[in-house]
Amino acid sequence: MTDLPATNSDELDPEEQRVLAAIEAELPSMPAGAQNLIPILQRIQQTHGYLPRGGIYLVARHLGLAPSKVFGVATFYNQFRFNPPGRHPIKVCLGTACHVKGGEIILENFARRLGIEEGETTKDREYSLERVACVGCCALAPVVVVGEKIESYVTPSKVEGIITEIEVRREMAAREEERNES
Amino acid sequence: MSDDMVVLTVDGLEIKVPRGTKLLQACLDNGIYIPNLCYLEGMERPPSSCRLCLVEIEGRPGPVPSCSLEVENGMVVHTSTDALRRLQQTAFRLLVSTNSGKCSLCMANKRCEMQRIAKFLHMPLRTKRLRHIPKDMPRIIEEHPCIDYESNKCVLCGRCIYVCGRQEDAPFHLDFAGRGFNTVISFFGSELPGVAEYCRDCGACIAACPVGALSYREDRQRFLQQLERNKASRARK
Repeated sequence: MTDLPATNSDELDPEEQRVLAAIEAELPSMPAGAQNLIPILQRIQQTHGYLPRGGIYLVARHLGLAPSKVFGVATFYNQFRFNPPGRHPIKVCLGTACHVKGGEIILENFARRLGIEEGETTKDREYSLERVACVGCCALAPVVVVGEKIESYVTPSKVEGIITEIEVRREMAAREEERNES
Repeated sequence: MSDDMVVLTVDGLEIKVPRGTKLLQACLDNGIYIPNLCYLEGMERPPSSCRLCLVEIEGRPGPVPSCSLEVENGMVVHTSTDALRRLQQTAFRLLVSTNSGKCSLCMANKRCEMQRIAKFLHMPLRTKRLRHIPKDMPRIIEEHPCIDYESNKCVLCGRCIYVCGRQEDAPFHLDFAGRGFNTVISFFGSELPGVAEYCRDCGACIAACPVGALSYREDRQRFLQQLERNKASRARK
């Protein structure tokens, strides 16, 4: 029914192309019929961490649905994301306590520092930015969860510190690797 | 009287319509106007989402949307009680509380359903009672190769989606995306080959839009240029 839009495939990075190829290979083993749309989307997200745009076309073709229908269902539910998770997912808490303590400002700070909006991932896939509703440690508000680590009493200056720390670690790891190779 | 005709009373007027007709359609055909946005003639199952076409039927406990109700013999219908008007005005207020834009700068000016309903309900196109909350998204969405979508005018009636879905040979179809306050008409799939050519000749969604939220990009640009020219000529005078 539908072919993948040609305009998009030139811009796809190799990572995304690999994911799309994997989805295409998986799909024939998945049940057909519109009632299986949500389970299929869930399985793709579980395997790959997100629903790539091209994957929605593939699923639509597999089920014989209009791509916009699949997109409509996927955007209706909060559980689906359309950007790959970063290696350092940043979750800014906007629960009641964090909201009162200025969680929005922290989110804005991260967005500006990383040059992405909430729900997006940086080009190099290092960072992704998300808002969450309460991580259960309101006494430490405002709270940010970076990977597995909880950052407490976050201030705008601390945002810079968090990113710098990750960058330094990355740099060190890269040098270590270089040294091991040589 | 033949079996396939039904007689009912609407606002004291006796009307005779074919069995199976929707009540709203029956009223409209007999010159009784009921405000409506999401209904289109011939719909099997109207979405009944605009909540403007409510009527009272004697013997029923509450108001019902007339667009999805089939006529019955001996029905006694009221379309203009005070209670109904208040419900319709509230529904209308909710619609205008998220909509924005100046009518004089809109392509649908004077043929807009919202203007017609505002006049009918004696309501302004702005509301003071409710907080105005414009949608948090780009005002003009140019996702489609030749159709512009103005999210702040859209009332999310779904008429465009209905008529688009009936174009069976179309290479792509419109649908809703998102949820709740962030619901939009999505053009996902409009990047497929052949869409621009097909949509340029079809235009069903644009014709079905009650408010002018959809327009051909070319037409809209021409309209904007005309506005500019009018403004310039007024300034010269």
